[in-house]
Amino acid sequence: METGIHELTAGYALDALDPEERRTYEAHLPDCERCREELTSLWDVAGGLAVAASGPEPSPELRGRILAGARAEPQVVVPLEPRRRRLLVPALSAAAAVAAAVAIGLGIWASHLSSNLSSTRSALDQQRKAAQIVADPDAQTIALAKGTGRLVVAPDGNAALALVGLEPAPTGKTYEVWVIAGKSPPEPSGLFPGRNGADLVHVEQMVGSGDVVAVTLEKSGGASAPTTTPLVQSKRV
Amino acid sequence: MGALESAVLALPDSRARLTMRRQHAHLSDEALVALVARGDESALGELYDRVGRVAYGLAYRVLRDERLAEDAVQEAFLALWRTAAAFRAERAKASTWILTLVHRRAVDLVRREERRRAEPLGDDATSAASESTEEAAWLRFERERVQAALRQLPDVQREAIELAYYGGFSQSELAERLGVPLGTIKSRMFAGLARLRELLDDAAPEGSWKQEFTS
Repeated sequence: METGIHELTAGYALDALDPEERRTYEAHLPDCERCREELTSLWDVAGGLAVAASGPEPSPELRGRILAGARAEPQVVVPLEPRRRRLLVPALSAAAAVAAAVAIGLGIWASHLSSNLSSTRSALDQQRKAAQIVADPDAQTIALAKGTGRLVVAPDGNAALALVGLEPAPTGKTYEVWVIAGKSPPEPSGLFPGRNGADLVHVEQMVGSGDVVAVTLEKSGGASAPTTTPLVQSKRV
Repeated sequence: MGALESAVLALPDSRARLTMRRQHAHLSDEALVALVARGDESALGELYDRVGRVAYGLAYRVLRDERLAEDAVQEAFLALWRTAAAFRAERAKASTWILTLVHRRAVDLVRREERRRAEPLGDDATSAASESTEEAAWLRFERERVQAALRQLPDVQREAIELAYYGGFSQSELAERLGVPLGTIKSRMFAGLARLRELLDDAAPEGSWKQEFTS
C-alpha cells in the first residue's frame, strides 16, 4: 500500500483524485517528506500545464471585483499552532465564521506542509478534517438554535461546527460535542478546549438527517452522557 | 489607504493599473504574498496583474464559461487574501500556489456543474487580442514549449493528463470513460507527469516562466 499512496501524488497534483482518496492522501502528507517534495515539484509541472492553457483574457472588471471583495472581507490572522491561542478575529459575525473556518483550514493545510510539530498533529488533524468539511461546496449549512456559529454537514455525514464566542474552558473542564439522533441517548462526539474568538470543531460521529448536534461543558476527559445544559445546539439537520 | 487611492485602485483603467504596478514592480511574488498577509491590497492587485491572465485562461479551459471562470479566479484570489499568512515560500512558488488554488476551485465547480460532459478538449480559445505585447509573446512561447513536451508523451499518457487537468475528470471517471482499469489510469498519470517534468526540465530556456513572473 505504501507504494500505492505515493503514486497518488500525480493524481493529487492534477486534482484528479476522488474525494475519498483526496482525503486519504492529505492525511498522509504530513507524515511523508518524500511525497511533499514530489508534490511541490509536480505542482510546478502542473503550473506549466496551466500556462499552456492560456485562453481569452478576463474582463477588465475582474481585477476591481477581486480588490473590492478583499476590502469587504476582513482577513483572519491564522494561528499556526493551537497552543498560541491568539486568533485575531475582529468581531466576527456568524456568517463570517464559516469563511474564517475555511481560511483556517487552508492555513493549516499550508502549514502542514512545513510543520514537524508532531505534538500538535492530532489537534491539527481534527481541525483539518473539519476544514475540509466546511470547504466542501456540497456541504449543508445548518443554523444554530443556541450559541453563535454554524453546523456544516457534508453529504457523507461528516460534520463540523464553526463556533464563535466560546470562552476557553475553565481549568479541569472541557467542551464536549454530542450527536443526538431521535430518542437515542446523545453520543459523545469529541472534546475541545475552546479558544477566545473562533473554534472549528470536527464532529467525531456521523450526522444524519433529523439529528441535532450540541455542545456542553464537562469535566476534563469528557463524560459518557451530558451532565450540563447545552451551550450550543444546532437546529435539526 | 485613502479613499482616493481606493477609488483609483478599483478603476479598470490601464493607466491607474500601471501606477499601482510600478509601486511593487521590483518585488518577488513571494514578497508580495507577505505584503498581502499584512493586508496590502495593492500587493494583491500586483499579483493579479502577474498571474491573473494565466489563472483565467486555465479556469476558462476547464469551465468553458466566462462567468464561472471569473468566479473561480475571484474565489482563489480571495482565498489567497484570507490565507496569505499561512503561505510558506520555501515550500512552493507563490504563482504555483495561486494556480493550484484556481485549478482546485475550477475542478470543484466543473464537477458540480457537470459541464465537463461537453467535450473538454480542444485548445481553440487562444486570444489574439494583445499578442503584440512582450508578455503575450512570452506566454505564446511558453505555451508552445509545454505543448511540444506534451506531444512527446505516449498518447495514452497525454490523454490521461489532459482529460484530468483540463477536463476535470477524476481518475475513476477516466477509468470508466476510457474502459481501462483504475490502476492503469493511475500509472499512466504518474508516469506521464514524471516524464513531462523531465522534458520540461530539459527544454527549460534561460528565463523559465516562473522567473518571468517574479522578474
